[in-house]
Amino acid sequence: MGMTVVEKILARASGEVSVKAGDVLEPSVDLAMSHENAALVINQFLEVYKDTGYEPRVWDPSRVAIIFDHRVPAESPKTASNQKKIREFVAKHAISKFHDIRGDVGGICHQILPESGYVRPGYVVVGTDSHTTSHGALGAFAFGIGATEMASAWALGTALNVEVPPTIKVSVTGNFPAMVGPKDLVLHLIGKISAQGANFRVIEYHGETVKTMPTSGRLVICNMAVEAGATSGIVPADEETVRYLCDEAGVTDRVELVVPDSDAVYEQVVSIDVSVLEPQIACPHTVDNVKPISIVQGKKVNQVVIGSCTNGRLDDLEIAAGILRGKKVAKETRMLVFPASGRIYSQALAKGLVADFMNAGAVVMNPGCGPCLGVHEGALGDGEVALSTTNRNFKGRMGNPNSEVYLCSPAVAAASAVTGVITDPRKGGLH
Amino acid sequence: MTAKVVLKLGDDVSTDVIYPGRFMATVLPTETPQFAFADHPEFNARLKAQQVPPGSVLLAGKNFGCGSSREQAVSTLKGYDLTIVAKDFARIFLQNSINLGLRLVTTPGIEASEGDELEIGRDYVLNTNSGRSFPVVQLPKARQAITDAGGLIPYTRKRLLEKLKRGTA
Repeated sequence: MGMTVVEKILARASGEVSVKAGDVLEPSVDLAMSHENAALVINQFLEVYKDTGYEPRVWDPSRVAIIFDHRVPAESPKTASNQKKIREFVAKHAISKFHDIRGDVGGICHQILPESGYVRPGYVVVGTDSHTTSHGALGAFAFGIGATEMASAWALGTALNVEVPPTIKVSVTGNFPAMVGPKDLVLHLIGKISAQGANFRVIEYHGETVKTMPTSGRLVICNMAVEAGATSGIVPADEETVRYLCDEAGVTDRVELVVPDSDAVYEQVVSIDVSVLEPQIACPHTVDNVKPISIVQGKKVNQVVIGSCTNGRLDDLEIAAGILRGKKVAKETRMLVFPASGRIYSQALAKGLVADFMNAGAVVMNPGCGPCLGVHEGALGDGEVALSTTNRNFKGRMGNPNSEVYLCSPAVAAASAVTGVITDPRKGGLH
Repeated sequence: MTAKVVLKLGDDVSTDVIYPGRFMATVLPTETPQFAFADHPEFNARLKAQQVPPGSVLLAGKNFGCGSSREQAVSTLKGYDLTIVAKDFARIFLQNSINLGLRLVTTPGIEASEGDELEIGRDYVLNTNSGRSFPVVQLPKARQAITDAGGLIPYTRKRLLEKLKRGTA
């Protein structure tokens, strides 16, 4: 019986010839990623070693990555102290894949890992962040875990009791219409199968649309797979994966591809034709409350956010800047832009995109998660509405339970910033 | 065990609702309980005033604990020794709860209201107000081993010591 990509990856990482959905395995971990919540991982890791008589030791410091992004620069003394504690641990345990708050190599973990060449096809990647699913874009099996489970991975180098998830095959065909892209595709998918539709399952993306999609777009559709409940999203590695790793991520050694068998067993097949897709909006307060823009347009927005691990990449900024160029952000709207990494920020500067944003009246912020998780850098007032390229719109997500968050693509965000209301980027003489 | 439903929630309750992101810099299980359901001020106040007896039931629909992997969403509820009875749970929240020892009961057909007394057995939940009984879906066997060990930390410690003694860690 053939295997899916994830089954192949888990078989290799568990030393098995063949595995199937439902098997329970203990795969070795190729990369273990944390952000500021490493502060809690450290506590739990030291707890594991407590009273054992052994000196705490990370199983393989070269396979641990820690990236500061959720609260950068620190918004409180408490966060600053957590970050200090993590720096000390990193130094003591010689963890090399550490990205501090820096303009050159800093940024959001789900951009830093790919752009640094840390993730390879076939890897098992665990992260103390639910959007770790992103790294399936490079053909890895990547999934979110809690801090205590990460402590266990730091100690043992394995992920304990992993049940091989069944896989849903999502087959995507057609060319994207103008101003419609990967974000609209994944929002549509989540709306179609619901926030629980892929619970405890893997979403494996196929089809000509995915085949021709750059890695930046694949990161978007894998990133938000978790919003349908998926353990992970994955795009089987191909020539584009090799191109990205070699040309953009500085990888110089050979990239091995892991692909599914032609007779792999899928629990379900979902087909989507994007050629008829409109821009999609996820309305408050669940990510699966997705509507085509024609239903939602005209809604007044107080704050527009472009950024996050979903849509803060260079092509996102290019699309948005292209719409804003020579125009102004509406008077009663504020617009915040968060490049996903220092590298992307520099590229945006070199291409003049930062000037486009600033001339239009947008505020270009530092790389990081920004207001997405409701900590700082853009809280909402009572009754205010945000339109955001981020990934969650749960009640209170941007820090205020008396506000609303709508999710959209960078094109919709930019077009709406100009008009001050949710606007279809395909209309209205915007470009 | 019999316990009262102290709060009834719907489907897709996210960890942002259980433990809002702005409190995530607080990580210690001794400190996280104060922020449980912080954006539901009335329930938060009842918890903090110790008006919710240990063992009380939080009743939810499908996909409880969806969203962020933050473990605070588990430690904050465990701090009040709550039992979560839901139609089902989101993956990371379920795993975190097993790891930390928060009591979860998966009861896909559950029907109950706030104030109802539930008798929670191994295989069933009986709503003593309606007299109706609902089957419980057991944890996967692989997860049960962690619960049996008293949580993931003791489980990992045991595994680590075995490895260290073999000299393979």
